Amino acid sequence: MLPMFEVFGIPSQALFGQLLLGLINGSFYALLSLGLAVIFGMLNIINFTHGAQYMMGAFAAFLLLRYVGIGYWPALVIVPFIVGVTGIVIERLFLKRIQKLDHLYGLILTFGLALIIEGLFRNYYGSSGQPYGVPESLQGGRNLGFMFLPNYRAWVIAFSLAVCFATWFAIERTRLGSYLRAATENPALVRAFGVNVPRMVTLTYGFGVGLAGLAGVMAAPIYNVSPQMGSDIIIVVFAVVVIGGMGSIMGAIVTGFTLGIVEGLTKVFFPEASNTVIFVIMIVVLLVRPAGLFGRSA
Amino acid sequence: MATLAAAAPVRRETEWSLAVGGAVLVIFLVAAPFALYPVFIMKALCFALFACAFNLLIGYVGLVSFGHALYFGWAGYLAAHAAKVWGLPPELAVLTGTATGMALGLIAGVVAIRRQGIYFAMITLALAQMMYLVALRVKMTGGEDGIQGVPRGRLFGAFDLSNEMTMYAFVVVVALAAFFLIYRIINSPFGEVLKAIRENEQRAISLGYKTDDYKLVAFVLSATLAGLAGSVKALVFQLASLTDVHWTMSGEVVLMTLVGGLGTIFGPIVGAFLIVAMENYLAPFGQWVLVIQGAVFVICVLAFRRGIVGELAARLRVRL
Amino acid sequence: MRLTTTVAFAAVALFGTAAQAEDINVKLGVLNDMSSLYADISGPGSVIAAKLAVEDFNPAAHGMKVEIISADHQNKPDVGSNIARQWFDVDHVDAILDVPTSSVALAVSDVTREKNKVFLISGAASSDLTGPKCSPNSVHWTYDTWMLANGTGKALVKTGGDTWFFLTADYAFGHALEHDTAAVVTANGGKVLGAVDHPLNTQDFSSFLLQAQASKAKIIGLANAGGDTINSIKQGAEFGITAGGQQFAGLLVFVTDVQALGLKTAQGLVLTETWYWDMNDANRAWTKRWQAERQDGKFPSMVVAGVYSATLHYLKAVAALKSAADGKAVVNQMKAMPTDDPLFGKGYVRTDGRKIHPAYLFQVKKPEESKYAGDVYNLRATIPAEEAFRPMKDDNCPMVTN
Repeated sequence: MLPMFEVFGIPSQALFGQLLLGLINGSFYALLSLGLAVIFGMLNIINFTHGAQYMMGAFAAFLLLRYVGIGYWPALVIVPFIVGVTGIVIERLFLKRIQKLDHLYGLILTFGLALIIEGLFRNYYGSSGQPYGVPESLQGGRNLGFMFLPNYRAWVIAFSLAVCFATWFAIERTRLGSYLRAATENPALVRAFGVNVPRMVTLTYGFGVGLAGLAGVMAAPIYNVSPQMGSDIIIVVFAVVVIGGMGSIMGAIVTGFTLGIVEGLTKVFFPEASNTVIFVIMIVVLLVRPAGLFGRSA
Repeated sequence: MATLAAAAPVRRETEWSLAVGGAVLVIFLVAAPFALYPVFIMKALCFALFACAFNLLIGYVGLVSFGHALYFGWAGYLAAHAAKVWGLPPELAVLTGTATGMALGLIAGVVAIRRQGIYFAMITLALAQMMYLVALRVKMTGGEDGIQGVPRGRLFGAFDLSNEMTMYAFVVVVALAAFFLIYRIINSPFGEVLKAIRENEQRAISLGYKTDDYKLVAFVLSATLAGLAGSVKALVFQLASLTDVHWTMSGEVVLMTLVGGLGTIFGPIVGAFLIVAMENYLAPFGQWVLVIQGAVFVICVLAFRRGIVGELAARLRVRL
Repeated sequence: MRLTTTVAFAAVALFGTAAQAEDINVKLGVLNDMSSLYADISGPGSVIAAKLAVEDFNPAAHGMKVEIISADHQNKPDVGSNIARQWFDVDHVDAILDVPTSSVALAVSDVTREKNKVFLISGAASSDLTGPKCSPNSVHWTYDTWMLANGTGKALVKTGGDTWFFLTADYAFGHALEHDTAAVVTANGGKVLGAVDHPLNTQDFSSFLLQAQASKAKIIGLANAGGDTINSIKQGAEFGITAGGQQFAGLLVFVTDVQALGLKTAQGLVLTETWYWDMNDANRAWTKRWQAERQDGKFPSMVVAGVYSATLHYLKAVAALKSAADGKAVVNQMKAMPTDDPLFGKGYVRTDGRKIHPAYLFQVKKPEESKYAGDVYNLRATIPAEEAFRPMKDDNCPMVTN
């Protein structure tokens, strides 16, 4: 058993505990900013509805359990699919129509959709949280000596890393991914090669939204399932995305995890600022490197 | 980049439409308190001013700020604090709040103007959220309690603002003065440059204009007027609270302007009255307000981009 | 046939107009959280309680007509004060009832005083409402933070919980509760090791709980309520707080919270309430009537019982004065008349607006001890009415020192 020690006067248990929490928050930031980056890359739309879709993922998991008896593990697969499909419906119904307009209309539209979704859920479920337990197989935790590590939270980190890596690999290293990247740069040319670009766009949006839904399922056992969970987190994710720069997939992932850790550290050494540290970093980055840490200059 | 709010082409002589609109507004404001609840009208006027300030930025410069509640809400906090804790008379409290709006607008503007379009919107949102979180923690704002029991005081030492009608008169005068100011800004050489930037920034730069400076000035003006609106509102309701700095408040002002008509003079005023009335009417239905607001956003973007006043102006081929 | 109808018409005309000529119209507004974390404690349940009170009062017998409206203040002071203002100015409401969330209650209290109406507080807890912020137009029913601190706080300190760490909801209520409990802890020889504020309606308590864990305090005092308390306790279990030897003190826990937590998680929790549905036959009978309207298996909290009791007493006072117009006068009448109702028994309203009745120290039963739905408490002690609430001399209420 490792002994307890102190870092700058803070007991190791507190430090590693908050770092772990930071890494978990970072997992969600990474997953969500990854989804946003994928969508923005393809459609040039900032998907304000992302937060609401994350919330829908969590609620879908809750509803599946409560009414259909389907537990966490199947939900991990089913829910992203369901939420992704709703995303495709949105893309077909709304986003296609405003493609030719100023991008800011897209922002306003997705903002409106986010309000509708959050409002509907609030109406039916009130704004208190719904209970969703940690799945049996992941309950409990391990006392590592210098901290107590709940199993579920360890799983969240591991799985997020895996999903992020898989997405990055799919986009940067596979042929499908290369079509995607090409279509972002020059849709007309790619179309001329016989690739169905509109369908790719639709599927990409669906995939990005599905990622949000997946994050929602993973969040359900730890962050209580409530209608405003999406709007609370999405603004932070926006800041993450601005800091990282929306050019690269890897940038979104790395920034997400890093900022989560930074937030965790701030909670230990300077708790009053922990909520706002990401925004402060955003301001600093903007003043020094406006394109973002990994972004390409506009 | 397609422009956000292309005004309908119109001839210069049709300024009469603006005069008519202004007359209608004044008559309405004078007559209304005898038929409608004065507090409702005051609330709508504060929001109308807020929306007009926002419109200055989106309708005439083409910049979408998704964090305008920052200036509105924090000006309200400072005005409330000035009136309650420092004991300042109402005119100085309002000035304090307005100055706060200006200062915050300057700081935010310097950071946000560095980026365009979508990034600009996200940055304004993030800045506003950061200041919301600060408002949550800082003692001065009272957190969830807000600053309550703000005294209305005596205007210039002479007019007792706790009299509802006196307060009403004060709010109307301030609002009308501000609307007129905005009109003058838009129709000045400065305003023409702003519109040029909205239409084609590259060309404006090539003509030698330092567009970033113009954008910053417009931003600060917009924030200052939003601050004025927030300060007056704090005195009307004798309360400054977290609601005024929350991102939903930023969304509301976008909604009001969109519904009323981007880039029109009277659009935001009409939009504000409509949205405030709608919320009043829907209050017993609590949570449906969010859904309906969202639906209005969606419908407006898809089918009704010019807004009520914008459509009217286009049909009649006048300026409104 | 025609004669009887004529007589019938005449009778109606005679008595009908007579009733109209003397009818005192009273409008009550139930203002609370209908959709968020306090909805189960008060919410629609308070409206039902008010309705039952009006039924039992029998307005017709007193020549009165009573109407009840309700609204959701969403736990926001600006929404609450706007509704109150509109109710008083436009809708001719005479009295506002309930208002949980102390920050809203403080705002509504100001408006009520300005308009000279009546505010019957049941849901809100801050002892400031009968302290520095007392008002001649308000009556604070059911409970307050001082009573909670002296009930639960004292009991825990006396049984060995002498080091405390507070998890506080960052608004008027949370701070009042933390302040009052900290005073009790130190007065009884304990020590407060630290405190952390959290926003209202927080979903994720993990970082706050970690701090509480790091403090090594024996007792983690939860200066919050409703959904926040439930989440703190549930997530505390996840982090092994009780396994590590620390104990949660739910400073404000309602029977509805215990049900939401389940007896397995909540067992052993010590708490103070002023009314429990299963304490006597009168309470049980009333609960049956209340549940008949609810139809969802929930049990009434002390807050809704307080709404019933306050409404009944208010209506009696209005009947005595034959008018609801002057708020101050009605409240003074309420203070002059002793209270008596099936739920709280005999009591009275003090000069500072504080309603006086006994308090009860409960402990949550173990799952195996519970015999039927809603059977969740064991009564540990009764605090007599005279000791349950803060003595008037300690109030700092401007009305008292005069």
